[in-house]
Amino acid sequence: MSFRKLGLGFAAATLLAGTALPALAQDSVYVPLFTYRTGPFAGSGTHIADGMHDYLRMLNERDGGIGGVKLVLEECETGYDTKKGVECYESVKGKNPVVVNPWSTGITLPLIPRASVDKIPILSMAYGLSASARGDIFPWVFNPPATYWDGMSMIVKYIGEKEGGLDKLKGKKIGFIHLDAAFGKEPIPLLQEMAKDIGFEVALYPVAAQDMQNQSSQWLSVRRDRPDYMIMWGWGSMNGAAVKEAVRSGYPMDKFYSIWWPGEDDARAGGAGAKGFKMLNWHAVGTNFPAIQDIQKHVVDKGLSKAPKDKVGELLYNRGIYNSLLIAEGIAQAQKITGKKVVTGEDVRRGLENIKLDPARLKELGLEGFTDQLALSCNDHNGHRAAFMQEWDGTKWVKISAPIEPMTDRVKAQLDAAAKDYAEKNAGWPKRTEACDKAS
Amino acid sequence: MFYREAGQFKTNYVADSAIFPLREDRIGIGLIVLAAYALAFIGNSFLLQAVMIPFLVFSLASIGLNILTGYTGLLSLGTGAFMGVGAYACYKLMTAFPEVNVIVWIFVSGFFSAAIGALFGLPSLRIKGFYLAVATLAAQFFLQWCFIRIPWLVNYNVSGALDAPLRTLFGIPIVGATATPQTRYLVVLTIVIVLTLIASNLVHGRIGRMWIAIRDMDLAAELMGIRPLQTKLLAFAVSSYYCGVAGALLVFLWYGGAEYDVFNINQSFFILFMVIIGGLGSLIGSFFGAALIFILPIVLGIVLPALFEPFGISVGADVIEHLRFMIVGALIIFFLIVEPHGLARLWQIGKQKLLVWPFPY
Repeated sequence: MSFRKLGLGFAAATLLAGTALPALAQDSVYVPLFTYRTGPFAGSGTHIADGMHDYLRMLNERDGGIGGVKLVLEECETGYDTKKGVECYESVKGKNPVVVNPWSTGITLPLIPRASVDKIPILSMAYGLSASARGDIFPWVFNPPATYWDGMSMIVKYIGEKEGGLDKLKGKKIGFIHLDAAFGKEPIPLLQEMAKDIGFEVALYPVAAQDMQNQSSQWLSVRRDRPDYMIMWGWGSMNGAAVKEAVRSGYPMDKFYSIWWPGEDDARAGGAGAKGFKMLNWHAVGTNFPAIQDIQKHVVDKGLSKAPKDKVGELLYNRGIYNSLLIAEGIAQAQKITGKKVVTGEDVRRGLENIKLDPARLKELGLEGFTDQLALSCNDHNGHRAAFMQEWDGTKWVKISAPIEPMTDRVKAQLDAAAKDYAEKNAGWPKRTEACDKAS
Repeated sequence: MFYREAGQFKTNYVADSAIFPLREDRIGIGLIVLAAYALAFIGNSFLLQAVMIPFLVFSLASIGLNILTGYTGLLSLGTGAFMGVGAYACYKLMTAFPEVNVIVWIFVSGFFSAAIGALFGLPSLRIKGFYLAVATLAAQFFLQWCFIRIPWLVNYNVSGALDAPLRTLFGIPIVGATATPQTRYLVVLTIVIVLTLIASNLVHGRIGRMWIAIRDMDLAAELMGIRPLQTKLLAFAVSSYYCGVAGALLVFLWYGGAEYDVFNINQSFFILFMVIIGGLGSLIGSFFGAALIFILPIVLGIVLPALFEPFGISVGADVIEHLRFMIVGALIIFFLIVEPHGLARLWQIGKQKLLVWPFPY
């Protein structure tokens, strides 16, 4: 008897939910945010989710949306799990999303071929498939402002400069500790190629996703091999654990470099010993920008944000803001090009291709000096922008270098080969039919 | 009343060992299959792509594990890896021989999985129960290591991921991005129905009875003339075959591209839970289990916000996620306490009730 009631209850609830799905207003733009506040990567994902949400929410609160059109924001929890990410994609697809941010390389990969079919642009900001920087082959995928290959070349270049020239790296040993997944493995071919050309040695220390928090064996090997430099490609709890282990095993922290994903919490995990840890970055930290102060005023202080007040302006929070800045610019540009107020995914794809964030525009947005300029085009969906090196001084990140340009000559060859390879392997990969807009 | 066996006489052995000896069952199954096909034309793309296709894929994998764990009594934690073998084999085959239809390769890839499964099933002759589970755990970790470490398996793809190139059937794309959810669903549904029929025949026939004999008491079975090694290895092979096909379907007809991490230990547990909740030693239980473990969280994800909304409470996606975990976990415990034999047993009780209705007994 009780089972029957239970069953009836569920059936009724399901029906109710089917009819109660929020009907979207006509004069709004739907922006789904794929986030993860749960799971092993929540430590990084939560701050990014807050930053993304708060910036767009601020535009809604302060300006009433973009170009007078409200943004309908909806978070979908992926847990950094491909299965749930694909489910999220399917659930938002029918609501005419203008752009999708998967926030996981694993989720990005299955979505890439679907983007052109469903006419939904994918914005995988500095992650995902490096080769998707080629707009002529991947018209629907955007990964600004730099690829992982760019990042790797910047780190090696920086290390080379510190040694007094790239050729001085000859005979040195560089350790590469990375998450053992598509994301962490991507820069390996480039690193190995550079090792061959320049003459340094590479030692790989893969960390499987399930052992992220226990890296003692990897760092034991590091201690044995004594690499001259360590480069890290990590995400989630892997970063904090690596910093902690590096400090514990006495690895000189000023020789420890990372790609752009560790946050303050990760560096703090190493305690005082983490001082000197370096990472690449391409945008500012802190709240000293009018737009971010507006977020505090219109969103955080009003209790509309999930972010604790002291986390606003931290590295990963601002990374989320940068992501939303690109979304907002894509929408704004799309409105400008088409003259429509309510834009679609197809319009935003054109908008993203015409993104031009120069200092003047950044100032207009209240983010002067927040980041380097960025301009995308029909063929270049990445920008390959320079990033700078920053160092952990024990309490905060300090910028320690001028922008480092990627080694374009090396990266470009790899990129073109990979893009061609992808299109060839996926027989029947559609040729680009989307027309290019004239540079405005 | 509804399930009257009276008057349905079986006059020969063939009729007695039929899969569906009852007329009511035949009608019911026919209606379900008809409804499943009709769904392809009335369901929207979310229902087909995000609910039904994965449900069928997981049902197939559960059937595979059920053959091993439910029918033969061998506990395995390598399901995820065996699914992976199927997926990687299918990828290698379909890229090496693109002229052969992909459906053929989906079926063939199961044989690679079966071979690997039989190999890792060898210890089952000597070790039993939890110890065997640990041995299959070795398969899980070793195979997963292979997926990461052998770039040949992904055709030296830089990202180390599987992708789904365009493949067609009768000129209609079924694999690749341009394949519509409708065609994918029809293909998956047909494959699952065919394989379920075969499984049903297997478990109801001589082979299935051998498996059940081994499960219930392997010593007695041996004395009766059943060879334990062959029978157990056959169970491993058939089970892995089903898992392998399910893995290939998962990557090429559901995700359309995947990383090695899809086939991790969690996937193995996921399938094992489906089998336990659905009912050990029951094919229909595999479907029930997959529905409860996979579809229920999705339904909750839609229902919960709708339930909170009238009260003006807006809950975040993360809270919903936590609630999903808690509710599904609680339900699993609830079902295990109320009906340790799984949902399949509930179904059986329901059938019994239908038989005597409207009388209490």
